[in-house]
Amino acid sequence: MSDKKQKKPGFFYCVGLMLGKSVSKTLKNDISERVIQIYENKPKGAEVIKLLKAEKAKEKNRKNKNKWRNRRWGTLLFINLLFVVSYFFDMSVLEGALTASRFMGFHMADLNSALQITLASKMILINLVIGFVTVLIMWIIFGGRTFCSWVCPYHLIAEFAEFIHLKLAQKGIVSDHAFNRKVRTVFYIVFLLLAFLTGYTVFEVISPTGILSRALIYGPTFVLLWVVFLLMIEILYSRRMWCRYVCPIGLTYGFVGIFSIFRVNYNINDCLHEGDCRKVCLVPHVLEWTIKNRSFNENQELGPDCTRCGACVDICPTNSLTFKFKGISREKYPCNDPEPKNNKQKIKVDKK
Amino acid sequence: MSDKKLNRAEKARREFLRTTVLATSVTGISLAALIPTLTNSAPRLRPPGALDEKLYLASCIKCGQCVQVCPVEAIFLGDIFDGQGSGVPYIDARVQACDFSCDGLQCVLACPTGSLTHDLNYVPDTRMGLARLSSPKTCLAVAGKGFKGKIREEGYSGKLRFDEIDRWNPLEINSQDYDLEICDLCVRLCPLEIRRLQCEAGKPPQNDKNQCPPYKAIELVKKDNNRYVPTVLQGCVGCGVCEMVCPLPEPAIVIDERVEWSEK
Repeated sequence: MSDKKQKKPGFFYCVGLMLGKSVSKTLKNDISERVIQIYENKPKGAEVIKLLKAEKAKEKNRKNKNKWRNRRWGTLLFINLLFVVSYFFDMSVLEGALTASRFMGFHMADLNSALQITLASKMILINLVIGFVTVLIMWIIFGGRTFCSWVCPYHLIAEFAEFIHLKLAQKGIVSDHAFNRKVRTVFYIVFLLLAFLTGYTVFEVISPTGILSRALIYGPTFVLLWVVFLLMIEILYSRRMWCRYVCPIGLTYGFVGIFSIFRVNYNINDCLHEGDCRKVCLVPHVLEWTIKNRSFNENQELGPDCTRCGACVDICPTNSLTFKFKGISREKYPCNDPEPKNNKQKIKVDKK
Repeated sequence: MSDKKLNRAEKARREFLRTTVLATSVTGISLAALIPTLTNSAPRLRPPGALDEKLYLASCIKCGQCVQVCPVEAIFLGDIFDGQGSGVPYIDARVQACDFSCDGLQCVLACPTGSLTHDLNYVPDTRMGLARLSSPKTCLAVAGKGFKGKIREEGYSGKLRFDEIDRWNPLEINSQDYDLEICDLCVRLCPLEIRRLQCEAGKPPQNDKNQCPPYKAIELVKKDNNRYVPTVLQGCVGCGVCEMVCPLPEPAIVIDERVEWSEK
């Protein structure tokens, strides 16, 4: 582990985090001296509180506080309504539903649905392969779980449920019951196995994403009661339960996120480590770098589980979190951006 | 709230229990959706070209593109009681049968997975099921009765293509008035019989002889005097138009899903 050439954190560490491994403490030996220096030069104690107050005061006056949230909601509604409008006015722009569609005649297939169907039917269906590859390329460019927060209609409704949950929690009426994150990986394997063994797409029938998308386009069904039930649990018992602990669609797109070039980047220089970002995040484990002395590098990417929703980017008082498209050549690690080779700002650190 | 006071081991124990309950209940619920399917409690008529039921359910991606292209809006998606068929397309012939007024089997062409098999190219090759005279006692033709008026009850909005009136736009069946000495609606409006007669007259649909049914689908067989029995023949594809256009409150002829014709 002490190999200096190895960039930390490694591939398996980042993917493991997504699969449910818990966050481990960063060892000082693994951090570059430059990063240690930055941490040591950071403001401490009362100074931090003063700085935070100042930054938050600035923040209050800032217009467009929810820039990314608004863009995201707009996109999500646009895509889902495009399905509805396209069918209603018979426009042939975006036909089908989120599980599979034709956009201007081009096949698109939800990656997870396609996977389930291939395993259940044990057939390679050519149009499905075309749709799968198209969507795969799309999300490699735009960021894997971006599907979750920018497209999935259940995500939007779950956000409102989360809002209610947090309000009630504030009043002490409900509290959040966390599950072990590994359970999502278990579900993933269980649903793949069930599809293969039973020959039915068992998950598709209970997937709130598909149910909601179809209900929007083809009208309400009784299956919606299942979605309501899930939302009630999320409001009363466990914050964002489905997206955090169950949904295999999220994990499928998470795997795509490993290779995606669209990321949220964390820069440690101005970060005050107050942790606001982790409070608003659906998957706070991807933001572990923002805890003091946890980041390995000056610039650290969030892991593949990140849904690129931009909540952390919106809330960060110091602009330490930003969206970026990274060069394909550098895309070697799922949550690590090696320092650029000719970084002009690179300062030499005196060894003490 | 109470969790905060607990020690670490107890917290971990509770989290483990909670997680186990979550895993078993969600898996259990998803498996419960198999019950209506395995017991076949709600058999459905499927759109043209549907693969064998099990493979059909396995390969359908539940996107509804077939629903969107159907000109007579015959296709609906299953609901919670359909179990694994939830979100999967079906046809309720009595509500709206498939009359092939799209000619090209648009639902088959629209299907992105081949759940509605792309091997099906021509209407007469479709095999959705088979019509059966389920209630000869009430059938008007069997009783030697005629039929006068509109086919279905007031407010019914099912459609059919009436070739001689409008080739391109299906019309509501209740827009037509009938006055028949012997009720032969199930034969007269059978889309396969209409095609067969067009072919006999030298005008096959779309000028394509492949569209010509090789066999009769249904005919009235004279029993005695003035009594006739609608008899289903080898050319029947199970589209359900006869079930839709039977003017009785309860149709005397119905479709048996996925049954194929055989000499008895």
